[in-house]
Order: sequence, then structure tokens, then C-alpha cells
Amino acid sequence: MSGDPKLERIAKGNALALCATGTWTASFAPVLERMVADAEKLAGGSQSIFIDVSEVAKLDTFGAWLIERLRRSLTQGAVEAQIAGLSANYSSLVDEVRRVRATPVIDTGAITITGMLEQIGRAVAGVAGTVAGLIDMLGAVLAACGRVLIHPRSLRLTSTVHHLEQVCWRAVPIVVLITFLIGCIIAQQGIFHFRRFGADLFVVDMLGVLVLREIGVLLVAIMVAGRSGSAYTAELGSMKMREEIDALRTMGFDPIEVLVLPRMLALVLALPILAFLGAMAALYGGGLVAWLYGGVEPEAFLLRLRDAISIDHFIVGIVKAPVMAAVIGIVACVEGLAVQGSAESLGQHTTSSVVKGIFFVIVMDGVFAIFFASIGM
Amino acid sequence: MAGEIQNPIIRVRDITVQFGTTRVLDGLNLDVKRGEILGFVGPSGAGKSVLTRTIIGLVPKVAGRIEVFGVDLDASNTSQRRNVERRWGVLFQQGALFSSLTVRQNIQFPMREYLRVSQRLMDEITIAKLTMVGLKPEVAERFPSELSGGMIKRVALARALSLDPDLVFLDEPTSGLDPIGAGDFDELVRTLQRTLGLTVFMVTHDLDSLYTACDRIAVLGNGKIIAAGSIADMQASQHPWLRQYFHGKRARAVMG
Repeated sequence: MSGDPKLERIAKGNALALCATGTWTASFAPVLERMVADAEKLAGGSQSIFIDVSEVAKLDTFGAWLIERLRRSLTQGAVEAQIAGLSANYSSLVDEVRRVRATPVIDTGAITITGMLEQIGRAVAGVAGTVAGLIDMLGAVLAACGRVLIHPRSLRLTSTVHHLEQVCWRAVPIVVLITFLIGCIIAQQGIFHFRRFGADLFVVDMLGVLVLREIGVLLVAIMVAGRSGSAYTAELGSMKMREEIDALRTMGFDPIEVLVLPRMLALVLALPILAFLGAMAALYGGGLVAWLYGGVEPEAFLLRLRDAISIDHFIVGIVKAPVMAAVIGIVACVEGLAVQGSAESLGQHTTSSVVKGIFFVIVMDGVFAIFFASIGM
Repeated sequence: MAGEIQNPIIRVRDITVQFGTTRVLDGLNLDVKRGEILGFVGPSGAGKSVLTRTIIGLVPKVAGRIEVFGVDLDASNTSQRRNVERRWGVLFQQGALFSSLTVRQNIQFPMREYLRVSQRLMDEITIAKLTMVGLKPEVAERFPSELSGGMIKRVALARALSLDPDLVFLDEPTSGLDPIGAGDFDELVRTLQRTLGLTVFMVTHDLDSLYTACDRIAVLGNGKIIAAGSIADMQASQHPWLRQYFHGKRARAVMG
């Protein structure tokens, strides 16, 4: 019953008659398209044109459309091509296809140099918009804070505690593990290189200052941006996609107060705690390596550490943590609320949440370094 | 071929599906005949979508046998299964369009996977499918997030039909549409069934759809098919749920 499709020309005087046979379905589309393209060249000079489809065994939309395409291209001027021998089964399909407008919309997705330049220009101009968005969110969060201070009962305590568990308690193992390893590596490298100058013990100074002032908080902030910032963006983004945020608004709730503020508070509380734990883990790791690899006894390590660092170093480090947390939180929430309808947009905004979060954390660290240097801390 | 005409296109035997300790489907039997539109009704939470998803293979079953196009889906190998999947189309309740692809790319996605067709023909067929489901060609370059609920259903139907399937599963196709839109959709399903010779398995809650579009109705209750037959059979049934369903206030309104 099914056979390879064929399109044959039958000579009938000055009439052009084409006879289609076999299976005209999607599976044979490449063959069919070639045959139709060949047959299209036969147009012209005939008084009447017929396409006989009575021998077609099976027809689907692809086949029907190709016959229709052939009919349209054979029709020239006054001579209209006719489809003949159409069985009752398929006549409605062919009628349906005949209603289709001929000109398909083709998009020009080609990448041009001007297009690329335009994109760069737009991206640069978009930076101002990004900064404005961040300041906007900062203002909204501060306003919500103000409202909460006036009416303390409007604080979502349960939600804040829930997020605190997510971003702080559950982050402790990975943060402690990574900072411990970084402490080990710093100590090992320090001992390895300082030994050549006989300055083994100074590794304690380096470790203490570096970990407490910079590495501890910076590393933890970067980890939190990757771990919790991305989660915030994805949560808010998928809520935005499913109109949950619009639903909140229509019920008279402020999404900033309900969704953003608890997350921000949790992050601002969590980061100093994690930074402290991280710093301790790094010092412990460094001390362990100094003892086992460098031969610095724990008592000597602690004594040296007490001389090397003051409370100032610790304060410089820990003061930065809540500020960095606020920056990460604001970036994550702005990106989350900017998600559009598609899964792709969710991915893009989650990516840029982490990228921008880490970028701003490092910029803030630089600003703090200049500030503390100028006040002599 | 003659045998295939007589055999049901879907044959479900003694299907049992369980989530934890909850038995959703309990020894269910169902046949869907070639070329018919089967309306599938039942109370909310009775497992209509579960049965659909079980037949498609998205939900694992505890026991039973499912044959589609005469192929036992459990005993089939990968190529047989792909062959079956190529011949069916599924319209999900929420449309399930790929949100990062345009309408045109959504409809062409199965074609790219299964057929070797030129881009020109794919573009033309896309326009043809959009016309068939009652949309303008301009919609092709839009993203799903830029479409209305009714348009999403239509595009999803166009995607389900993109390979010219023999069988389509529609999961609540008219839910969320206004009555006029729903009526148009029923009409559309009927027209497409006639033109393309489709078999339609339609889960629905819409009484209008049952009256205007369906050839046969199957009713799910307590994990089994409690009744199957024409709309007249349903109205004559003495089953309490069916009596309430087909003789309730809304049913009377539909029947006029």
C-alpha cells in the first residue's frame, strides 16, 4: 500500500498533467521537495495544468502543502493549476492548507558587526541602569526597615529565621571546610618560602593579618554570593515568573517587606557569623600545618599570634561583613525581581546575580582597604 | 493493516498506579478506538492526568499492560518506542512550551529531531500549522511569555500536531479559556480530527466539550473506569456521581 512517492508527467497535448503516486508524508519530505522543485520548472506554455492526486496512497500536512506549493508555482497569469482526483478523505486537509498565506515570516537572525557594536553600546548604557536599580532597591529596603522599626510586629520573624537557617546554619560545614583548607595552604606556602630566609615564624604574622583582615571575610562573602545570592535570585525569579509576586501585591503586601527584607536581614546576620567561623577555621588550619609541616609548636604559634595581631585587625575584617552581605543581598534581589517569563531569563539573571555580587564584594573590599589605610587602622 | 483498524489504538489492561500507599489507579481497563474523540471525565483528583501520564510513560505503574498502536510499551525496545512517540502528540495542561524558544522554534523542535526537512519547508509547515489552529503567522516570532492563555494552548496544540501524529493526548485543553474560546477550541479539535484523521484522547471537565466534541466518554472513579459510552449512555446511567455530573445545574444549562 505504501510506496515511494513519485511525480510523473503525462503528456496531454498542450495541457500539462502531473500524476502524483505513492506516500506523500513527512518521512519522504526531502524526496518530495526535490521532485516538486523539478516539476516547478515545467511551468509555462501550457493551456491548462492538472495535478492528479488520485493515486496518492497517504497524505499528511507535509505532502498536502508540497502539492499546494507546486500548484501555486505552476499557476501563472490566467492559467490556474488544478488539483484533480482528490479523495474525500483528504479534500478537507488540502482545503485547510490552501488557506495558508504563502509568504512565511523569516527572521533575520544574522549577526552583523553593527549589531554587535550596538549590543556593546547598550550594555555600557545599561550599567547606569544597573546602578540606579541597586540604589532603588537599597532605598526600598531602608524604607521597609524604617516601617519595621516603627511597627516591630510587621517584621516577618519566622521567615527571617527560616532564611537564617538556610544561609547561615546550613552553610557552616562548607564554609568551615574551605576556609580551613585555605588556611592550610597559606601556611604551607608561607613556611615553604619564608624558610629560605630563616623567617619561619613570620608565617604566623602573615596568616593572622591576612586571614583576619582580608581572606576570611572576602572568601566567605564570595562563597555566600555563589551559594545564597544565586538561591535568592532563583527563588524570587521563579516566583516572579509564576505571578506569585503580583499575587502578593494584589493582597496588599509589599514584596520588599515580605520577601526581600527577611532575606536581607538573614544575610546581614549570617555573613559576620560565617566570616568569624571561617577566620577561626583558617587560623586553626594554618596552625595545624605550621605545627605538622613547619615544626612550630602550638604554644609558640599562639604566643606569636598574640604579638602579631591586635583587635584592630579583627574589627577591620568583621566590620566589612554586614556591608558585603547587604551588597550581595541587594544585587540578588534586584536580579531576582528582574526575571522575565522564560527559563533562559531566569538562568541569565541568576548568573549575573553571582557575577555582579562577587564583583561588588571585591570593589567594596578595595574601598574599605583605602578607608582603613587613611584612618590608620 | 486491516487488523490495525479493528484493534484499539490504545489498549490499557489492569493498570495499577500507586504513590506511596495511595492507590490512584486500581486495575483499570480502557480501549480507545481508531479515529474517535474520547472524552475522559471524573472528579478532581480521581487520577485522570495520572492515567494520561501513565500511558505516555511519565508515571511508572505497579502492574498492568499498555499497548499503543499495538506495541506493548514495556516490552518494546528503544527504536520501537521512539517510533510510537513520533506518532503521538501531547498537549499539556499548562502548554509546556519551551519558554526560551520562539513559537516557530517550538513548533519546529520535533521536526528537527525526527525529520530531515529543509528550513524552507519547516517554515512553511509552521505557518500551515499555525493557520490550522487559528493563529496568524505573525505569532511565529513571539516568545511564549508574550502570548495569552488561549494562544499558548493553540501553539501547544500546533506543536503537538507538528509531526502529523495519529494520536493526540489533550489534558484539559479548554480549561482557562473563555466560553467562546473554548467553543472554538472544541470546533478546532473536531475539524483537525476530520482533516488529519486523528484519534483524540481528551481529559476534560468541560461539559460543552463533551457534548460538542466527543464521540465517546469514559468516566474515572475509585481508580477504575466506572462507565464508558455515548453521551446518551452517560445520561441514562444511574451511578450517583454521573447523575450529579450530567443532571446537575450546569449540565441542565448546557443542554438548554
